Amino acid sequence: MPTLTVNGRARTVAAEPDTPLLYVLRDELGLNGAKFGCGLGQCGACTVEVEGRAVLSCLTPIGVLEGRPVTTVEGLGSPEAPGPLQAAFIAENAAQCGYCIAGMVMRAHALLRENPHPGEDEIRAALRLNLCRCGTHMRILAAVRRAAGRPSPAAGGGS
Amino acid sequence: MTALTRRALLVGGALLVGIGPARAALPGSLAEAPRIDAWIRLDPDGSVTVLTGKAELGQGIKTALIQVAAEELGLDPAVLRLITADTELTPDEGYTAGSHSMQDSATAIRLAAAAARALLVQAAALRLGARAETLSVADGAVAAPDGRRLHFAELAAEIDLDAPVPEATALREPGTRTLVGRPLPRVDIPAKVAGGPAYVQDIRAPGMVHARIVRPPRPGARLVALETEAVAARPGVIRVHRDGDFLAVVAEREYAAVTAMRALAAHAVWQGGTPVPEPDALFADLAGREAKRTIIHEAGAGTPVPAGRTITAQYRRRYQMHGSIGPSCAVAEFDGTRLTVWSHAQGMFPLRKALAEMLALPEVQVRCIHVEGSGCYGHNGADDAAGDAALLAHALLGRPVRVQYTREQEHLWEPYGGAMMTQVSAVLGPDGRIADWDYAVRSPTHLTRPPGAGQLLSARMLESPFPAPPPKALPQPEGGGDRNAIPLYRFARARVAHDFVAAMPLRVSALRSLGAYMNVFSIESLMDEAAEAAGADPVAFRLAHLDDPRARAVIEATAARFGWGAALPKGRGAGFAFARYKNLAGYCAVAVEVAVERESGRVRLVRAQAALDAGEIVNPHGLRDQIEGGIIQAMSWSLFEAVAHDATGPTSRDWSTYPIARFPDIPERLDVHLIDRPGAPFLGAGEVAQGPTAAALANAIRQAASVRLRELPMRPELVKAAIGV
Repeated sequence: MPTLTVNGRARTVAAEPDTPLLYVLRDELGLNGAKFGCGLGQCGACTVEVEGRAVLSCLTPIGVLEGRPVTTVEGLGSPEAPGPLQAAFIAENAAQCGYCIAGMVMRAHALLRENPHPGEDEIRAALRLNLCRCGTHMRILAAVRRAAGRPSPAAGGGS
Repeated sequence: MTALTRRALLVGGALLVGIGPARAALPGSLAEAPRIDAWIRLDPDGSVTVLTGKAELGQGIKTALIQVAAEELGLDPAVLRLITADTELTPDEGYTAGSHSMQDSATAIRLAAAAARALLVQAAALRLGARAETLSVADGAVAAPDGRRLHFAELAAEIDLDAPVPEATALREPGTRTLVGRPLPRVDIPAKVAGGPAYVQDIRAPGMVHARIVRPPRPGARLVALETEAVAARPGVIRVHRDGDFLAVVAEREYAAVTAMRALAAHAVWQGGTPVPEPDALFADLAGREAKRTIIHEAGAGTPVPAGRTITAQYRRRYQMHGSIGPSCAVAEFDGTRLTVWSHAQGMFPLRKALAEMLALPEVQVRCIHVEGSGCYGHNGADDAAGDAALLAHALLGRPVRVQYTREQEHLWEPYGGAMMTQVSAVLGPDGRIADWDYAVRSPTHLTRPPGAGQLLSARMLESPFPAPPPKALPQPEGGGDRNAIPLYRFARARVAHDFVAAMPLRVSALRSLGAYMNVFSIESLMDEAAEAAGADPVAFRLAHLDDPRARAVIEATAARFGWGAALPKGRGAGFAFARYKNLAGYCAVAVEVAVERESGRVRLVRAQAALDAGEIVNPHGLRDQIEGGIIQAMSWSLFEAVAHDATGPTSRDWSTYPIARFPDIPERLDVHLIDRPGAPFLGAGEVAQGPTAAALANAIRQAASVRLRELPMRPELVKAAIGV
């Protein structure tokens, strides 16, 4: 049976190697963070990190993950003790229904790991793979900027 | 109801006292549930529970309801417990829809909490031998000026909340409020960003099994042959369930259910289907369908039609979908007597009725509990998933069944926002104002939700099917397809007709703002067309037709903050629009700047400014987020979204065949200005931005590229064709 390293813990799971990671995270390991959104790699709701890079867990069979550490949103903090990026999302009210948000957090986390001070276009480009239907985008962008220590665009005026 | 009765008693200006109900209607949902303990419960330990029949859909209602209750009760919001829509525990407040939650539920909870506070004060006054008006309530205790305090727990046994909310219940004075009007952080967000259990998808009941549905390949197809043995024999598969054309597979583990569903689909043979008009014929088909006409507004009918320039236009809107990011899900359990269903549908009480009818169970044996799902924006697949879970749980005694739709199932089978058409003819008088207005909206229904069992998709497919009830038009003043069809503008003569089309080729129901999206798009586009014909500034033109000071205030604030009238670079344009949602809820004006790429027809929303008046503000961030979200969602609808279909049915089966806005499409700036009206009634705001955004975009495209787009969505190919490049 495959062994996975999830949020720093080695976990042996009773699943076939072709099982997508998403189902193992949710059903074998009882983790809520990664969400089923499309199962097609189109929406990003299932985004997690593998070796620090954002990966779509609905498309990633666990058979390719032996020895490669997986991080989910649970690995960044808890509702009671959120990590810095999660705290930025809370501070900016960056969720409406919130179904896409764990995926957004993980996508942004991978971005900030690679590029701690991304520009506005870099943030938008990184997040383009993740869909939000409530239209929370401005809040999500504000949360990522906050976590990256970037100021919000100046108030007033326009282009 | 009571208000109407009372009004009817006014004969010749004199109120006939003593006949009929003496009480005026209590505000909000107190009219249906007038007792304090329907909304507020006080336990012997002094802890307070707030009850609401409304549901959290991502609009932040939990936080706002906690704020109003905590304010009146002098409690830390963190200690309040809130129970949302549950047929066994909470009042029946129908659907969480129509931007009603604040005006219905928050109004009721606020008054019930104030009434509870008054009872606590009275009880404390007796115990302390003090005058009630000298006592204060804070931190879960009643305090006297001399420092003596009685905690709620010490008073709980002495008060009875099973009492009506008095008509004269006094709220805390606006100037003394510490929670209402403040941006209390959303109570539900920490769990959502950190993987706490937050959704119906996260329920893991002991013994729970996983179900997947196999739907027909197209609407109306019938299952003519099925081979089940191979699938039933797969490891972990518990049951292949067939009832008529309803086909499902249940497995111990979720991924086994997924693979079994695929295998089962390959063993099912379907025939037939319900034909759908080709996309090119969509509007000709709609125009040719039988319709029932209702004149919903007529003004100045006796006056002659004035002379002037006539401006006419037709507008169209294609089918659009809710497109929830999480496909619908539900969990149900049947113990042989009682059915319990956990669902993210918008109405637990109507759902209970539908499930009871479908399974021939007494309603008292069915309990529906709301648990959050992905945002729905109206009637998506949630009720259907609950119906499917109930059918399967009924067949699998004692095993909680979790149904999870696939992306394709949600996309193809959700009820869409219907295709619509409008026609306007306006006469511009010699004074440069609209002197006559003639408007007709042709629309299907915007409500096919439960309570009827036949509104559940699978119930229609059973061996003994429940037919879909005949579609109905929703009445004014809120309306359905004719929602916001009556302009708020002052026109000397006006006539508004609603042509209700009962039979539609695709399944339709409520999508955020219903017909208001299309009607406001049409009215506000025509207002710009008329302003242009009059040589008037669009903002000034609107103001010249408006008396309502609150309408004028949002328009003026939006124009000022946007910098209306400033010159823009080539290829850019500014557009303006306004609406009061349903003509009786929140006021919203939206100004946008767009960039139009002439070669591709691509339109980009560069920035947007809105102003909102939703009465008294409870949580400014909650309101801001509803407007921000509404503008972005309506931008996505208006620029990108149409359900693709061919002659056999919808073909928008995923996000590649139904693209929606992504981060690169998001404006550079989006500012929402809130106008607070302390002491004024709450006005619904959750849907108010949809129509103005669509029209503001069309009006901005007109300015940027000198073309007028009259069809939603305003996709690049339409823009490009209009430009003629």
